[in-house]
Amino acid sequence: MRRRVAIIGAGMTLFRRRMLETGKELSFEAAKMALDAAGLTLKDIESVVEGSAPDAFDGVHMKGEYLIDGSGGIGKPYQRVYVGGGTGVFTPVAGWWNVASGLYDTCLCVAEEKMSPLHPHPQYAFWSIFDQILERPLGTTLLWIFSLEMRRYMHKYGIKEEEIAEVAVKNKGNAVDHPCAQLGAKITVDDVMRSEPICSPVKRLDVSPPSDGAAAVILASEKVAKKLTDQPVWLDGVGWTLDSTHWTNRDLAYPEYVEKAAKMAYKMAGIKNPRKEIDIAEPYDPFDYKELHHLEGLQLAGKGEAPKLAIEGVSQRDGDMPVCPSGGLLGVGNPIAAAGMMKVCECFWQLRGEAGKRQVKKDAHTAVAQAWGDLMQVGTVTVMRS
Amino acid sequence: MSQKITSYPGHEITPEDLKASKYLEIIQKVEPKYSWAAGVAISRFLNELKEGRLIGRKCDQCERILVPPRMYCERCYRPTDSWVYVKDTGTVNTYSISHVGTDARRLKSPLLVAVVEIDEASPGMGILHTLSEVEPSRVTIGMKVQAVWKPAEERQGAITDIRYFKPFEGV
Ligand SMILES: [Zn+2]
Repeated sequence: MRRRVAIIGAGMTLFRRRMLETGKELSFEAAKMALDAAGLTLKDIESVVEGSAPDAFDGVHMKGEYLIDGSGGIGKPYQRVYVGGGTGVFTPVAGWWNVASGLYDTCLCVAEEKMSPLHPHPQYAFWSIFDQILERPLGTTLLWIFSLEMRRYMHKYGIKEEEIAEVAVKNKGNAVDHPCAQLGAKITVDDVMRSEPICSPVKRLDVSPPSDGAAAVILASEKVAKKLTDQPVWLDGVGWTLDSTHWTNRDLAYPEYVEKAAKMAYKMAGIKNPRKEIDIAEPYDPFDYKELHHLEGLQLAGKGEAPKLAIEGVSQRDGDMPVCPSGGLLGVGNPIAAAGMMKVCECFWQLRGEAGKRQVKKDAHTAVAQAWGDLMQVGTVTVMRS
Repeated sequence: MSQKITSYPGHEITPEDLKASKYLEIIQKVEPKYSWAAGVAISRFLNELKEGRLIGRKCDQCERILVPPRMYCERCYRPTDSWVYVKDTGTVNTYSISHVGTDARRLKSPLLVAVVEIDEASPGMGILHTLSEVEPSRVTIGMKVQAVWKPAEERQGAITDIRYFKPFEGV
């Protein structure tokens, strides 16, 4: 019998282009903050899950093992999970297995990323995720698949670059109120449109930055959670699915793997009408169009209809369904695994009414966080309730 | 960040700090070298490229012709059944004008990249390649294109044996 799981504490570090702290130190800082918030010490933690994305960023193989002492995992059942950009939300999903299964009553979930070590640019690590025989010889960069996907999405539904730019404006604007944010800014659609073309149709301001940072949550069984807090946030649904790496054989206009992951999580959480029942969404937004893509995959907008949400105000912080009230990856920053976990943290703080200047206007009880990654192939989803 | 938390950890190293050597940097170059076996399916595909042809694998159960070829059908989860030659023409599924290279540095001249759905393969079976002999502003989704091959003596059994795709000139 599956047990109910709660989030009882969250923490995160600054997100910056380059941090002095090592990955271990960042993991420690985020984990310690989450423990303090939950009123626990490491002694109270029964298992630990660490999420971190490609080892190639750090040049450290066995990164999970390397990070173990900073993550508080020594001598405990410790797991490192990795599904590329999907890792940050996959980390609490794996933590959920630990607690829902009845194996453990408490689980510390830490997600860490340092992208800054790799020179001349962290983008270089992504070259090696492409097929080594058929794709890398063409001189690949990850930006290609984003720009190819964005173009296909625009083409299929007749969406304009200006409409997509509204997401960058909203998220960077929201991030102004996030104390950890790297790129919070009040910008306009014009600024996005006039920014340097990188990989057309992708322009500089359509993209999130590379970052260093860490974020963490503490999970607990219902029994333990109720003893420790009056404000548990229930992790009521988890979902994840992957497609193959044959991304050029796939429908690039619609993320079916996100739909499958979302439906798995909604079913578990008993959500029948996501658009009506979800109060806050934190979809993965490494690029502005990805927020739209993912809102559609999450069943929070019809196919090709997500751009309307920002334009009509629905997804603004004071709207009917705020989307990325944190500021998202576009504004807070994108230390890959930590960025997804930051979204889970944001949902936790929003549902507890602790988000301060970022607190959404509506009375929010249900939130969804989602991440995406690998070679355009993974969706990871968590549904949370206060 | 919760409003209950008033200070948040971390020390930023700014570009100015780097310039002023404010912090130590430890630099190592890691240069592993790999020699990959191309596999059963792709070895045949590469050998056919050397001959100036494209080949796929057919799954008799779902009747798909898979390009790039694989020895198993990932949907039916069974071995594929036969080799099928496909045309070296196709349709642009999507394209991009890339101004950056693998390490995010600016390219001297932009590169046109595309997913090309290969004719005679099943719908949606595309490969990644580049486009040339066309102005970026004239490329459209749905445009018909054809492979431009290297001369036979220069082909070596690599995806780059196709130099690029260009607008289709046939009928
Ligand atoms: Zn089949």
